[in-house]
Order: sequence, then C-alpha cells, then structure tokens
Amino acid sequence: MEIAIISGKGGTGKSSISAALATLSEKVVLADCDVDAANQYLLFNPSHEEEQAFIGGQKAVINPETCTNCGICIPYCRFDAISFSRQGVVISETACDGCHLCMRICPHQAISMVNSDKSRLYAGSFRNGRMVYGRLAPGEENSGKLVNLVRDKAKEQARKHQLDTIIIDGPPGIGCPVISSITGAHQLIIVTEPSLSAMLDLQRAAEMSANFHIQTHVIINKYDLDEDLSRQIESLCKEAGIGMIGKIPFDPQVVEAMTHSKSITEWAPDSATSKEVSKIWLTLKSMKP
Amino acid sequence: MLPTNFKIAIASGKGGTGKTLVATNLFHSLSKAGIPATLADCDAEAPNAKLFFKSKEESTSVVTQKVPVIDESKCTYCGKCHDWCNYHAIFFLPQPQVIKVMEELCHGCGACLAACHFEAITEKEVELGVVTTYTLPNSNILAEARMHTGVYSPVPLIKAGIKAAGDHRMVIMDAPPGTSCPFIQTVARADYVVLVTEPTPFGLSDLKQSVETLREMKKPIGVIINRAGMGNRNVYEYLKQENIPLLMEIPFERSIAAVYARGGLIAESDKQWEQLFLGLLDKIKIQWK
Repeated sequence: MEIAIISGKGGTGKSSISAALATLSEKVVLADCDVDAANQYLLFNPSHEEEQAFIGGQKAVINPETCTNCGICIPYCRFDAISFSRQGVVISETACDGCHLCMRICPHQAISMVNSDKSRLYAGSFRNGRMVYGRLAPGEENSGKLVNLVRDKAKEQARKHQLDTIIIDGPPGIGCPVISSITGAHQLIIVTEPSLSAMLDLQRAAEMSANFHIQTHVIINKYDLDEDLSRQIESLCKEAGIGMIGKIPFDPQVVEAMTHSKSITEWAPDSATSKEVSKIWLTLKSMKP
Repeated sequence: MLPTNFKIAIASGKGGTGKTLVATNLFHSLSKAGIPATLADCDAEAPNAKLFFKSKEESTSVVTQKVPVIDESKCTYCGKCHDWCNYHAIFFLPQPQVIKVMEELCHGCGACLAACHFEAITEKEVELGVVTTYTLPNSNILAEARMHTGVYSPVPLIKAGIKAAGDHRMVIMDAPPGTSCPFIQTVARADYVVLVTEPTPFGLSDLKQSVETLREMKKPIGVIINRAGMGNRNVYEYLKQENIPLLMEIPFERSIAAVYARGGLIAESDKQWEQLFLGLLDKIKIQWK
C-alpha cells in the first residue's frame, strides 16, 4: 500500500508526520519525494547503498567559434533566453527551458545541449526499513520525473525486501512534483493547520487531487492553536466529502525530537501527539488498499 | 539610498518558514512610510498574500500558453514533430498511423511547428492561470500570480506576475518554496534576496541549499530567523561561519502565530514591528553599497 502525504501549504508538519508514521512500523519503505528540500535523511541517517545520477534537464550553449551572430535563433526562442549582447549572441542559462529548438534550427550547428546531471537518487536502509530519496540540484528541472524515479525505486525496494507499506513524503504546492507524488497512490493524506492560508491551500490541494480518485484524508496539525478555525476546516472537509483522520495538538516536543534526529513517536511515545499519530496509523492500516 | 525600483525577493528553501509573514509585513510597513511599492505574490501554486490586505481588484489578465493542434488531413505521419518534441508531448505511431498531442506535457516551445513541413500544425492558447492586480487604500499595488489547479508548472505565471508588478517602484516578491525553477525564475529578477528560515535541522538544511544556489547566482543575501527560540543554535553558528548577515529575528510566540493565522499583520497591530520591518531597508542598503 502506498500512502502519500502532501499539504498544499509548506511547513504544516508533513515531514514530521511522515517520519512519525514511518517509525511506527518495522516494515516500511520511506520515499522522500520532496526532492527540492529532502529532509528525512537528516532524521534517519540511512545507509548509502545505491546512488544514481538523474539528468535534471538540459541547457543550450553557443559555441562562439562557429556562431556567426546571424540571430536566426532569437525569434524562435519562446522563453526569451537568447539575445544579442556585446559578446554577440548569448543564451541565458536561467531562462533556457531546454527545448532543443535553437540547436535544431541553427544553420551553422553552433548550438549544443549540455546535461544538468547534478541531481541524485539514493536508496539504503534505515532503522525501520528501507529509505529512498531524491535530491534535485538547485535550479534543475523535471522534479516530477525525479519523483517518479524515487517512487519506482521505492516499489522495487518494497518487493525486494518484502515490505508492504510505502510512505511518500510529498513536496508542498500543487504542481508537477505533487501530481507525480500522488498519481496511483492508494491513500492520500493532506496535512493542514488552523490558519486561513493553510485552509485555502488545503482547498486547492483537495481540488487538484480530486481528479486522481484516491481515498483522501485530512490531518489538522497543531489544531489547538486556533480551535475555531479548526472547526471551520472540519466542516469544510465534511462538505467536500473528505474524511478527517486525525487532529494533532501543538507540541514543542516535535521540534525537540527533530533536533535529536528522532521522530516524535520515537522521542516521546507516550505524548498525546504520538498517541494520535498511532491512532491514525491504525486507521490507515485497517483500510483496504 | 536604494534605487526606487529596487526588487527584494523573500524566499526560503523549506516551506512554511514565514516567507509570506515577512513579505506582507514588510510591504505594509513600506506603505505606511509612504514608499511606493508593489507586492508580487509569486507563489503561484499557493498564493496567499491577498488575504492580508483590504484591496480593490484593478485588472485581471489570463496567462496562456500555446499548444499545437494537428490537422490530420494535412499530416503525412512523418514523425518529425514527435522527434523534435523534447517533452514527449506528441504521441506518435507510424503504423497504424496515430498522432496525438498530450497538452499537459507541452511547454509551448514551438519546436513541432518549426519541424512540420506540411503546414499541418497550428497553435491554440490554453489557460494556465491568471495574474490579478489589486490596489490598496494607500494606492500601493498587489500583483498576484495564481496557477489553475491541474497545471504542471507555475513558471509562466511567475514571469507574468513579475512583469505586472512593473519596473517603476520598489517590488517585494513573495517567492515559491524550494530551489528549483519556480524559485530561480523569481530570484533571478531580484536585486536582493531575504531568506527566511527557522532554527531547526530541517530549516538549516534547506537554508544551506538556498544559500549555495544564490551564491552561484551572485545575489546579495540576508537571513531572517523566524520562530527564534525553538530548536537549537546551529543556524546562528552557520550564519556566523558563512558571514551571512542576520537581518532580523522573529520570536516563537503564540500571539504572533495567532495574528498571522487570522490573516492579520503584526506590523499593523504593533507599531514596533512596523519600525523593525522598515529597518530592514537600512540593513539591506549597507550590503547593497
């Protein structure tokens, strides 16, 4: 069973909750799909058994020796990445989308593509099973593809090591890497918190995920910081037909646990927070994939 | 003095560290001081800045992207458009003859159009989202980029949002989280980047990645520590070691979180914060030279 955890708004506690769920089981694959800001490895210090390079996109570069500065490529570029400068025709690395068109239409074959290959995929073991995570190099693209790769690797690990549950810690937002994180998952958890911003982002995340027909649940984290707003979120979920799977209180021990490289369920197993997370875990386990 | 059209991006690697809190309060404080400014909400996947201001909608523009339309009566099924598409957005089978555009994968680069020798490809516009500008009572402007749910990339929206913010006044950009394309597209247009972090292991890890990226881009940076008092001192040590200015600390206080959660501004309810946010400009000035 694949359980994906997302949030819309960042910083609602998605990763802390994923870590807590992952450490309640002895047989789990933890897939950190927040490839832009992968953090689970900080808590779990997994072994580095496998490492794989990922081509995070390509960028066009001009060979100044063959370029005649004819400028034919400039109007073809839809990303406004090519311009005349004092050095002749130049391509902006940040603006280039890697489409190859300039390379293809250049009459002098003066443009070539270079791979961005600094992104990595890692797999290894951690104290509760196996862990797979991706790290997208700064500024690189195709985060959705890297997420797919992380998920494929996680499934392979689950088969190989006979682990029955994959926990996917997804990225914030509602774009490409989030869509890749939830496509085909069996259960989806959206973590929110009682603030107007988080509430709006929850609505957008729920709207986005509705097209994927996954059983969806909501966790309100730090619900007691504003019980009134929490109630509003609950009624909102009810109207939208999304089940509430748990309400976690605000707990400074969550950060304390993090600074000691532990999940909250490891650090303070008897706390109200850990008990609520355990309850959520049991509910998830009782569901048919 | 800073140039009147100075652009400051408020960013963070990790989501939910308080980017929007800083951007909205800084913008409010500038407005109170009579400085003409625009707040550009570039977090197009989860735009929330508007929540914090009473404003009047001024104009809305739809952001579109071109996608190809294939006229099968003219298509010879040569497959060249498929070969030229670097995004695998054209599904093609030579035998039996099948050709289909997968619009959600298309980046609108125009390569297929340039590839086709038979005038079988034309383009249509598809909607990606909207950019809306709002005027505040003090005549300052909020420009919001909002991606439609189900769209893969917020980048075209971000570009349009920054364009709408203009080049005549000071611009505060609320950046999307992470360090991939959406972040790069936002900070590339900034004169200075304020990184907001929290003193936790996750916060520090994501801060380091942002710092690395921005140094490579040669952007001047400063850091604001939000929720100061929680976690540990490692972020402070890192800033010292790397010689990165600490611009401000926002303490970890329930009252601050409560104001923010309800869509309020701490600089409005407490004049001291207004002065502190305004003081950021002086600190930035020193670095700007």
